[in-house]
Amino acid sequence: MIGLNHYLILSGLLFAIGLVGVVRRKNLLMLFFATEVMLNAANVAFAAVSHYYGDLTGQMFAFFIIAVAASEVAVGLGLLIVLYKKHGSLDLDGLSTMKG
Amino acid sequence: MYEQVAFYLFSVLTIGLFLVTVLSKNLLYSMTSLAAGMVMISGFFFILGADFLGVVQLIVYVGAVMALYAFAMMFFDATRDIKEKNANSGWIFLLGGMIALMLVIVFSAPIFSENIQAIYPSIPGATNPQSVGLVLFTKYLVPFEVAAVMLLVAMIAGIILAGKKMDQSLTTEDDIVKTEVISQEDEK
Repeated sequence: MIGLNHYLILSGLLFAIGLVGVVRRKNLLMLFFATEVMLNAANVAFAAVSHYYGDLTGQMFAFFIIAVAASEVAVGLGLLIVLYKKHGSLDLDGLSTMKG
Repeated sequence: MYEQVAFYLFSVLTIGLFLVTVLSKNLLYSMTSLAAGMVMISGFFFILGADFLGVVQLIVYVGAVMALYAFAMMFFDATRDIKEKNANSGWIFLLGGMIALMLVIVFSAPIFSENIQAIYPSIPGATNPQSVGLVLFTKYLVPFEVAAVMLLVAMIAGIILAGKKMDQSLTTEDDIVKTEVISQEDEK
């Protein structure tokens, strides 16, 4: 029988995958993808807790996380396009020199 | 039985697809596998009885967010492989592994908690979208409206950042003088 533990461990694994992506990748778009993975891991944990405790609060928070993710993508991609027009690349190391 | 099969199938597929997302060298592979992983995540929501959340996940994540990424991909060179130089990868793997271990422990901490009680228990006899609507529009009305304002702000910010010549004011004084001159010339 699948219990809460299964879902929480799965969510922890997915979050760890996303975290490895955030730490390891140097491309900004890849960083965005890894952030999406982490947000989805949190959503799975919220939905699982909501189901197994018979409480709707978890699902509500998952909805708000989805809203936050959508607005994050809108603003972040705008900034990314501006950065690409300015530098011609999405490399994080190129950002370390903050001149002009 | 079916629940177990579905859970293990979805979890293996999700972990594999997200690993491809994180470790792939090609932006296009990474984006498509992320979209597929989102579909699998919505499968978990359907198993858990959160039907409305699953549908929202499909529409917002797979539909809107992924379409936004695909549009942004047109600005970047997506077919070329990403070249990254990773110095000191041993340190990064050590630190990342330790943080990941700590986070797994933190995430699985509710396993050992006994005295968690439901604040808003699910309403008996109501389907999932009905009870979600009841809780969302009574207890969580203010966060709902704040989220709406936040989405509006994000939309305006996206338009301003990505649009052409949006960093200049549309009604500077020079423009007003010019339009007045043009209108006077038209009158002549």
